[in-house]
Amino acid sequence: MNSSASMRRDNCRYEVDATALDGPAHRVIRCGPFSFKVETHTAIAALLLAIALVAVATLALAGGAFPLRVGDIVSALLGVGDERAQLVVIEWRLPRVLGAVLIGMALGVSGAIFQSLTRNPLGSPDVIGFSAGSYTGALIVLLHLGGGYWLTAGGAVAGGFGAAALVYALAWRGGVDGFRMILIGIGVSALLGAFNMWMIRQASLQAALGAAFWGAGSLNGLGFDQLRFAALAFAVLLPASAYLAQAMRQMELGDDVARATGVPVMRMRFALTFVGVALTAAATAFAGPIAFIALVAPQVARRMTATASVSILTSALCGGLLLLVADLAVQRAFGNQLPVGVMTVVIGGFYFIWLLVRETRP
Amino acid sequence: MIVTGAADDGALGVADRALVRAVGSGCRRRAGLLLPVLLVALAVLVVVLAASILTGPRSIDLPTGLQAFTAYDSTNVDHVVVRAYRVPRTLLGLLCGSAFGVAGALIQAMTRNPLADPGLLGVNAGAAFFVTLAVGVFGWHSIGAYMWFALLGAMTVATLVYAIGTVGRGGAEPVRLILAGVALSAVLGGLSMSISLIDPTTFNGMRHWAIGSMGGRDMTVVLTAAPVILLGLVLAVAVAGSLNAMALGDDLAQAFGTRLSHLRIVVVLAVTLLAGGATAAAGPITFIGLMVPHAVRLLTGPDQRWIIAFTIVLSPILLLLADLVGRFALYPDELEAGILTACIGAPVLILLARRGGAMAP
Repeated sequence: MNSSASMRRDNCRYEVDATALDGPAHRVIRCGPFSFKVETHTAIAALLLAIALVAVATLALAGGAFPLRVGDIVSALLGVGDERAQLVVIEWRLPRVLGAVLIGMALGVSGAIFQSLTRNPLGSPDVIGFSAGSYTGALIVLLHLGGGYWLTAGGAVAGGFGAAALVYALAWRGGVDGFRMILIGIGVSALLGAFNMWMIRQASLQAALGAAFWGAGSLNGLGFDQLRFAALAFAVLLPASAYLAQAMRQMELGDDVARATGVPVMRMRFALTFVGVALTAAATAFAGPIAFIALVAPQVARRMTATASVSILTSALCGGLLLLVADLAVQRAFGNQLPVGVMTVVIGGFYFIWLLVRETRP
Repeated sequence: MIVTGAADDGALGVADRALVRAVGSGCRRRAGLLLPVLLVALAVLVVVLAASILTGPRSIDLPTGLQAFTAYDSTNVDHVVVRAYRVPRTLLGLLCGSAFGVAGALIQAMTRNPLADPGLLGVNAGAAFFVTLAVGVFGWHSIGAYMWFALLGAMTVATLVYAIGTVGRGGAEPVRLILAGVALSAVLGGLSMSISLIDPTTFNGMRHWAIGSMGGRDMTVVLTAAPVILLGLVLAVAVAGSLNAMALGDDLAQAFGTRLSHLRIVVVLAVTLLAGGATAAAGPITFIGLMVPHAVRLLTGPDQRWIIAFTIVLSPILLLLADLVGRFALYPDELEAGILTACIGAPVLILLARRGGAMAP
């Protein structure tokens, strides 16, 4: 990938890579034995997304029943100033804002991973049966074991991992072929989906409504307790996916090309699948299965950066921004009566339609 | 076949090469073998149709079943059961099964995407949204009342998706159609979900509609759906041959003289009629369209004419079997066919995928 011929290993420096024949304009930053390729478009898009993210987060921290000015928020975050403002900002609003950003980022990244792995814009953790499985796990807990935040989260993660492991195992024949995995994923998802429908059909109306509320995905239960676990999970998984991104790009060229350029394809595919599933699992545990971000964030990011493939960083930022905006909208417009998941699909969907309509291909 | 993706323009995948090889050698050799298999499948379909009319909680013997058509006696309970309940139900299974299956085969062939299902063009989301409105806003509760509404929703949304997918100079590129369908389905799904989460009555109606079933439909439902679905089937059979060229990719297909834009309009129209008609009549049983074409492809290879022929016959067998099992599974309660199709179809698909060389559409 990195076609610059420079072998100098002195101090950190960057250079314009003149030998690249294709791909968007980029710079290569070198620092000792490490080098990073930075695509200009991607960097600008990431910067703009990050600015938007901070702006919306500030808006979310400022508004509500107890409005605050930006100055109050900054001093509250720094731990000085009015004690009531500190309580509102840090105890009430910050967990939800951070949670929305982290969970949105995780979903965006997992979508990018699966769309790249399957080379399919419909690729998502659903492909490996995760979503159907996590819903099965959560439904069993909610309808038959009495529910509860942590138990539901545990049921969802166990169900999701169980389904993913089943699909992976059934698709294994001396290696996992991408297409065979898709077919088996369809089969297992259909089975679990039928079981889920049956459970919802059998349940009392009240229980079924509660389950559907969880199934749409909501940030209502998020506090600092949950956030600590979420942050820990994402602190491991997000850097891991950034580390795997290079191999992911190579594998988009096809298994043979990737192998020829020295990528251990089978091991990388397993690692990427695992990280993608784990990211979705963590997100699902804390907020339920928030639909659509995994699907739309990589596609929106791709259109923003004008690149051919999905990018991890911009997908993450897009996902975080989308969930934050949706959560803000759902809080302001419906006062938490609706789960954020329904707003995510409406806002994300409209924005994506607009992108599609605007986009004219040569 | 070519898993059209965000990142793959240009890379010739393993699957592509498999297609080229299969088209080159397999088709002619297989044709002689496939016809007898298709005839056997047809015979099985006839048996299943008869079983669907004659068996159930109230079993009816064959002579009585025949008399219900030849010498109808309205005081004979068996005759009434056959004419008023079993026949509409069976016809609906036949029509909707074929419709869901063929719609899936068409959309997978056109988008060259193995994850495409008949609901991809927004048909299901449109139908569901309109049914949600019918139940939640207008308070209609019988299938006869909101069937036309569901059909209207399916058509409207599919047209919108096509319009969004075709703006811009690239025409109806499959990827753009897919993404437009997904995006619009998401928006409508979110709106339907909001309405039903706020109003428990609507939620209750929708949780049953969303499973999909052939029970409780009378002959008017069949007669409303039949022309729509039959027209869709005719279109599907008519374009089956051209779809083979489409599988080779847009450039090659055009080089062979296929008029892509025309073909795509016909396919989109056929999918809309088939999936719209079937969803309006029986609810969204999308598994069939997702699973049966994959299973059939593992049997027939990539020739779309065989795929569609087998899908027309095998899909109703699956749906009618599911409906039959559902009459006994939870007796005296009934289990909807929408739940059982997956239970019967999915294991078959998994077995086939594990055994054979997996083959993309």
